[in-house]
Amino acid sequence: MAERAPLSPRVRLGLHLLGLLALALLPPLLTLIDEPFYVTLATRVLILALAAVSLDLILGYGGMVSFGHAAFVGVGGYVTGILAHHAFMGDPLMLFGLAVPGMNEALIVWPLAMAVSAVAALLIGVLSLRTGGIHFIMITLAFAQMLYYLLVSLQAYGGDDGLTLWGRNTVAGTDLLADRETFYYVCLGLLAVVVLAFRRLVDSRFGLVLQGARQNERRMRALGVPVTRYRLAAFTLAGAVAGLAGVLSVNQAEFVSPTLLHWTHSGELLVVVILGGMGTLVGPVLGAFVLMGLEEVLAGVTEHWRVILGPVLVLVVLYARAGLHGWVIGPRRHADADGEGAS
Amino acid sequence: MLLFVEQVLNGLQLGVMLFLMASGLTLVFGIMGLINLAHGSLYMIGAYVAATVTLHTDSFLLGLAAALPAAALTGAIIERVVMARLYAREHLDQVLATFGLILFFNDLMVILWGRQPLFMNVPDALAGTVEVLPGAPYPVFRLVIIAVGLLVALGLWYLITRTRLGMRIRAGASDRETAGALGIDIALLYTGVFALGAMLAGLAGAMAGPILAVEAGMGESILILTFVVVVIGGIGSVRGALIGALLVGVVDTLGRAFLPDLLALVLDRATADGAGTSLSTMSVYILMAAVLVWRPKGLFPGHG
Repeated sequence: MAERAPLSPRVRLGLHLLGLLALALLPPLLTLIDEPFYVTLATRVLILALAAVSLDLILGYGGMVSFGHAAFVGVGGYVTGILAHHAFMGDPLMLFGLAVPGMNEALIVWPLAMAVSAVAALLIGVLSLRTGGIHFIMITLAFAQMLYYLLVSLQAYGGDDGLTLWGRNTVAGTDLLADRETFYYVCLGLLAVVVLAFRRLVDSRFGLVLQGARQNERRMRALGVPVTRYRLAAFTLAGAVAGLAGVLSVNQAEFVSPTLLHWTHSGELLVVVILGGMGTLVGPVLGAFVLMGLEEVLAGVTEHWRVILGPVLVLVVLYARAGLHGWVIGPRRHADADGEGAS
Repeated sequence: MLLFVEQVLNGLQLGVMLFLMASGLTLVFGIMGLINLAHGSLYMIGAYVAATVTLHTDSFLLGLAAALPAAALTGAIIERVVMARLYAREHLDQVLATFGLILFFNDLMVILWGRQPLFMNVPDALAGTVEVLPGAPYPVFRLVIIAVGLLVALGLWYLITRTRLGMRIRAGASDRETAGALGIDIALLYTGVFALGAMLAGLAGAMAGPILAVEAGMGESILILTFVVVVIGGIGSVRGALIGALLVGVVDTLGRAFLPDLLALVLDRATADGAGTSLSTMSVYILMAAVLVWRPKGLFPGHG
């Protein structure tokens, strides 16, 4: 299947490090050419990339085509938004008779948001993983839509209009994140850590089971591996990381609304992963830059840029399925021609 | 009691709309193994064409007569240009390509018709109300929708189980190669089935025109409800689509109408209103989850 030999692991690592270096140098460069506005845009790209990388774990390695991944981004975002709202109003959040005080402290809020996203992913995963293939696509989409409507119906938190935050979260009491460049580096650091950790994970026993189940579920089951449990663990972990992306997104925009988990965002995440190269972890980062860049450029050309983006997507699916990563860096390591997905 | 009858009828009306959508979606999946997100776009196209023609000619029938071929033709073109290349691909590719089509069609509608929603009136002949029970007037137009939907269900059942064409469709669904070897033109059959599904979506859109605002993106909310219907009914089953659609339509409508009041019996009013509204928006999804726990493949798995 490979038209050319994949690059050696060493060259590959070099390219990845070069990419990281380029991202680290981006803010000073943008300041140098007097376009600091683009730091904000680049931050949004990194956050999108983080969500896409988490989707790549279950999609590219686990073969689970989740069409509801934005739901977990939204849950993480809403935990941040709701806690900040209560902190501002000064009244505690009443949850099943339990008074939770409002909070703005990142060191508590962020892990908490990830945990709530993980629980949401666990519950949705338990039900969705009872099926596979096309059922799985539709069911994840439907549950994400359920959460969307639930949040729209929460009038106490702005309903359709969402919540505006009064500043970003504090870190150990300081307003470190208020600075544009610092926030960029926080996002970059978290993204790098997640990509590295996921890389270790997919090469571990856990990751190999996950990939084995994608390639041949029956074989894995015959070997006595509880496939569904592994998939559920990956789905939950991906949900937690998507929740972190939601936290960052809400901090970046200082605003949260149900739009964050609109189904088109789930579609967008899938597009980013495919565009960049599925099952590569680094590919989705590339994909995020290309998609956001494409949107910026097309939006400059015409107000109706989706009329161009839509057919471009169709063409990518039909003719460029290896993705950018496959193009630039070579086919993925554990290349297999057809992962039919969780079926 | 009168309110209850009225809401059940509303639920049935939503149900048959969902059935018109779900039957096309489930046929296309059952026969071609294709998941088509752009099904909602065909609904939207049906609504736009019907609204435009009706506004210009003052005849809803002409609008309907234009909307059905327009949706079917668009469907046939989509099938030939894009879908035919996707049958052998995995579902993920189908999802992405049809997602691209949604983006394209939504913005295309905005370019052609602008952002302002179109509003069309209920045709004069059907504008009145009729007393379904003494003292319970109900709009004729909605009753007509229910009747049309049930007629389509009957027609589809007849087409699939009693005609030669239906036999070919079933043959193509169960074994594509053998059916092809026996002289059935599979490519033509697939285009035909897709166009049929598109036409039903267009019919649903055209009939939704006088009830809802016709605007870009109107296809998505019904599309996702349609997915719920198909999952509940069992993918590939037209019978399942009918049962699932009516179930979802009635549960959704009754939930919205009565859940807040029901909860008020056990909770205080303000809490009941809040929780009731939230719960009722989630009711069909909870129904879906329950069906999944009970029967992961839906109520009527497989073809039929």
